[in-house]
Amino acid sequence: MTITQSPGKLTDLFQLGLDAPICLTWELTYACNLSCVHCLSSSGRRDPRELTTRECMDVVDTLERMQVFYVNIGGGEPTVRPDFWELVDYATAHHVGVKFSTNGVKITAAAAARLAASDYVDVQISLDGATAEVNDAVRGAGSYATAMRAMRNLADAGFRGFKLSVVMTRQNIPQLDEFKAIADRFGAQLRLTRLRPSGRGADTWDELHPLPAQQKELYDWLVARGEQVLTGDSFFHLSAFGSALPGLNLCGAGRVVCLIDPVGDVYACPFAIHENFLAGNVRDTGGFQAVWQTSDLFQDLRKPDTGGACKSCGFYDSCRGGCMAAKFFTGLPMDGPDPECVQGYGETALAQALASAAPAPRPSVDHSHRTSPARTPVPVTITSRRPPAHDCDESPLAGFA
Amino acid sequence: MAFDLDHAWQVDPRVSMRPEPFGALLYHFGTRRLSFLKNQRVLAVVRSLADHPSARSACTAAGVTEAELPAYAQALSALAESHMIAERIPA
Repeated sequence: MTITQSPGKLTDLFQLGLDAPICLTWELTYACNLSCVHCLSSSGRRDPRELTTRECMDVVDTLERMQVFYVNIGGGEPTVRPDFWELVDYATAHHVGVKFSTNGVKITAAAAARLAASDYVDVQISLDGATAEVNDAVRGAGSYATAMRAMRNLADAGFRGFKLSVVMTRQNIPQLDEFKAIADRFGAQLRLTRLRPSGRGADTWDELHPLPAQQKELYDWLVARGEQVLTGDSFFHLSAFGSALPGLNLCGAGRVVCLIDPVGDVYACPFAIHENFLAGNVRDTGGFQAVWQTSDLFQDLRKPDTGGACKSCGFYDSCRGGCMAAKFFTGLPMDGPDPECVQGYGETALAQALASAAPAPRPSVDHSHRTSPARTPVPVTITSRRPPAHDCDESPLAGFA
Repeated sequence: MAFDLDHAWQVDPRVSMRPEPFGALLYHFGTRRLSFLKNQRVLAVVRSLADHPSARSACTAAGVTEAELPAYAQALSALAESHMIAERIPA
């Protein structure tokens, strides 16, 4: 970073927003082969209103014009879209870099070879346990093996530095060193991100979110690793433990990041799929650029933070009140502490919110599978169809008379 | 690392530069890292590196004074370390 101004000043400038996002998350489909219990977008079933190939290409054209450097493609499972590779090629040919998140289901040896050949495509393999036991309890039976196979294929194809992406939970924080060892074994870079109570995560937050002592353990581990481990700048609420973690310690929602969902809806952040954070749709007049630059919601989010209830806290400059989505989906006010505030103010606020008896907001959009995917193939016996007694016999009783 | 102001430099071809009100954002597609230019003058210097026989001459042309030069050398040095700019064989 070039220093002709202090980084603190830069945060102030970013707080007011940019003419275009630095990067944005683009969820290409709500369809997914898995049903992770903490899925931020409640994915499962494809939405019939999904953007078409042509509409996706139009979005890429807009991003190119706005000079958005890269998109984080996710879902659902983006690789199950039949036009996935076509869209990746289109984006990179139009100077929009691609980083995509996958559970690895389509990362065959051939796909890995193709990915290894491009400078402009990066891959994140999701894994939420360093052992099958811990991972599959959250992501579903067989998902650990799928992710390991994908990483093996990428490593064998010579892809160096792809990302192993882990959402930190109460169950996997004891496995931090094991995750690092897995990443090292495959020549990958470890990326740890924060669990949010978004999507189905709202239902599993109480069982999965790290305990207070684990937050400190995670913070110390991250400080010791420095820039070796990526975090998507998602742990800035932990900065109130002491020195700031590397990266931008600021909620970027609507300021430097946003989400485009599979039907073209633009939300302030990938963890905020709720009508309160819906800024517009890429199908609207003016497209994505108009939504980013002129929507009332984004204008509002770019106003300087007042700090609210956190203003008098000595750590406010470190954590800036934490994560908007974490507050919202746990029923906390936007201008108060994060539910996982490391100074303990979150617990008090949560107790007050519970006492007020107003239920926490629910995610507005749900594409979950209506039933859990079957664990084993359902046994079905198909008997051969009886040939009609005569060529023109179409009566269902033909031949039974 | 001491920065060689008298050498010819250029922006790495894998770097994309986006002007912003405060200066510019830089993104390197090879290293996948982001960097910032925090004022318009340093942006003018970086943009014109490829047109000058030396970084010093690019700085002078952009109006950087002798007193300011060490700060600019330091900024350019950081950009060189992160591979945003690279040495070039002068034409």
